[in-house]
Amino acid sequence: MGLRVDIRKKTGDFQLQVCFETDAGLHALLGASGSGKTMTLKCIAGIMTPDEGQISLDGRIFFDSGKKINLPPQKRRTGYMFQDYALFPTMTVLQNVLAAMGRKKDTGRAADYLRRFQVQDLADRYPGKLSGGQKQRVAMARIAAQEPALILLDEPFSALDSHLKWVLQNEMKSLLDTAGVPAVLVTHSRDEVYRLCSSVCCLQDGISERTLPVRDFFKNPETVTGARLSGCKNVAPARVVDGHTVEVPLWGIRLHFGSGLPADAPARIRAVEIRAHMFHAERGEEDDNVLCVGRYEVLEDPFEWNVSFFAAGNACAPHLSEDLAERGDLWKVIAEEDSAANSFAGEPSAAPLLWRTARDPRRAFTVPEKLYLNSSDVMLLRDSPASE
Amino acid sequence: MRNLWLFMQGLDWSPLFISLKTGVVATVLCFFLGTWLAGMVYRARPALKAVLDGVLTLPMVLPPTAAGFFLLLFFSQRRPFGKYLFQAHGIRIVQTWTGCILAAAVIALPLMYRNARAAFELVDENLVYAARTMGMSETAIFFKVLVPSAQPGLLSGVVLTFARALGEYGATSMLAGNIPGRTGTISQRIAMVIQDGDYTVAGFWAAVITLIAFAVIVIMNLVSEDRE
Repeated sequence: MGLRVDIRKKTGDFQLQVCFETDAGLHALLGASGSGKTMTLKCIAGIMTPDEGQISLDGRIFFDSGKKINLPPQKRRTGYMFQDYALFPTMTVLQNVLAAMGRKKDTGRAADYLRRFQVQDLADRYPGKLSGGQKQRVAMARIAAQEPALILLDEPFSALDSHLKWVLQNEMKSLLDTAGVPAVLVTHSRDEVYRLCSSVCCLQDGISERTLPVRDFFKNPETVTGARLSGCKNVAPARVVDGHTVEVPLWGIRLHFGSGLPADAPARIRAVEIRAHMFHAERGEEDDNVLCVGRYEVLEDPFEWNVSFFAAGNACAPHLSEDLAERGDLWKVIAEEDSAANSFAGEPSAAPLLWRTARDPRRAFTVPEKLYLNSSDVMLLRDSPASE
Repeated sequence: MRNLWLFMQGLDWSPLFISLKTGVVATVLCFFLGTWLAGMVYRARPALKAVLDGVLTLPMVLPPTAAGFFLLLFFSQRRPFGKYLFQAHGIRIVQTWTGCILAAAVIALPLMYRNARAAFELVDENLVYAARTMGMSETAIFFKVLVPSAQPGLLSGVVLTFARALGEYGATSMLAGNIPGRTGTISQRIAMVIQDGDYTVAGFWAAVITLIAFAVIVIMNLVSEDRE
């Protein structure tokens, strides 16, 4: 039951290939702009028609290319919130809500919906005279009035400033909780995914990845696309050297995994991800990896320091000498060996790492000579599924 | 001054009323037909769209006399359709005021149609999509979403259609002829009196029709500025 989507569509050079399902709660489609998120929503609503595949909601078939079923949007009962809200400009706020009520038009009930979203005072105004936040509240009232079987949200917060965003996200939560139907949120913002959604599925160049529960996704996004979309700054291709060691030529380092790598790692692991706040200036665990900080730049944020640094070599395991002079400039050696084979397409053969640390106003900040990193904080990533 | 008064009194005013009546009726016809056709083409598939658009725009680029010739061919009482209309329904088109209207409407229709279609295409398509997801029928979407949102474009279509229908000459002279008091419009009167070398009457009517056309365009500009 719930919403099941498995569709393919080709338009020009663009290939859409999306597959996910969601039962209750808000499902996120996370992707950069142009990744096919909006197209997917339009296919679900029936505004666009996929080339092939199936879409069904609670067993009701919306689209099935095999059975030649394609329900018109009028019969799908989806509440669709457009990025620009698509309020009818020639109707008042009240008329907009009434228009969504179909044959059961009832001014009293429409006014109730406006009251629920605190826009009852705007009932006689035209959408052109409303602010962004007011427009969104009216759009939410209109969707609620529609009593939809499915709610689709297309980047609903992208046009709002950050304070209003926060307020309206809470109101959106209440709309979704009251409606109690499956909902899909299209967004490029990881914060919205974390705050509002229960499951997430990444979209890259029209291709969807595995659906993950939101907490799991932020713990380990699994793929390079997922890592980037989840906001990770440090992602680089990697190669498994042996059962305990992974080499990252782009950063010029080797990482030691004290508890060993999974058996299928050599076949599966293509990249590593390190969250910017996972580095620490003091040694923690005994088997921490050590990175020597080479050339660096510091950028200040209101509450954080951002240090962008090149690793000037590292002793990959504690049992090796930390005296790096003795070992030479390891990163140079690796970079020369494999720079072409292992760097991401179009990226330089050496890239800096980002370390982010909270500001302590009571202490002066100096960049340490060495940074430590526990191997359990290193995410191992596989390739994103490729187009067929 | 007295000369002008005498001139005005002696003048046959029928062309003014025939032209205005023709213009108004043709514009009303074109408004409904043109808007409806624009709605059809707006929703049509691309291939059908191209063909329909070609057919509907043709009267605009064709010489009006050629359009009038086709109309004459079609409605002449010596041809099957014209014969049928007259014998079965008593309707005569050729050499009648109905012919005036028909000719003016056919020539002016592309202006209404093209303006309406352009206006529909300017309407944010998400409004139409939103209306569909809300369960509104295509007819309801046309009347409640598309037409109200396209209002400024439709209005300028109406004005241009009226100006064009008012001054129609070529097709009208072919289909309706120039019968004074019945089908003699201003533009036909100008052509007629010029042949007799009467530049005073021709100049007067030319001034009248220029004034009306100018007034119509000024009104349109004022109305559209009002909206902004």
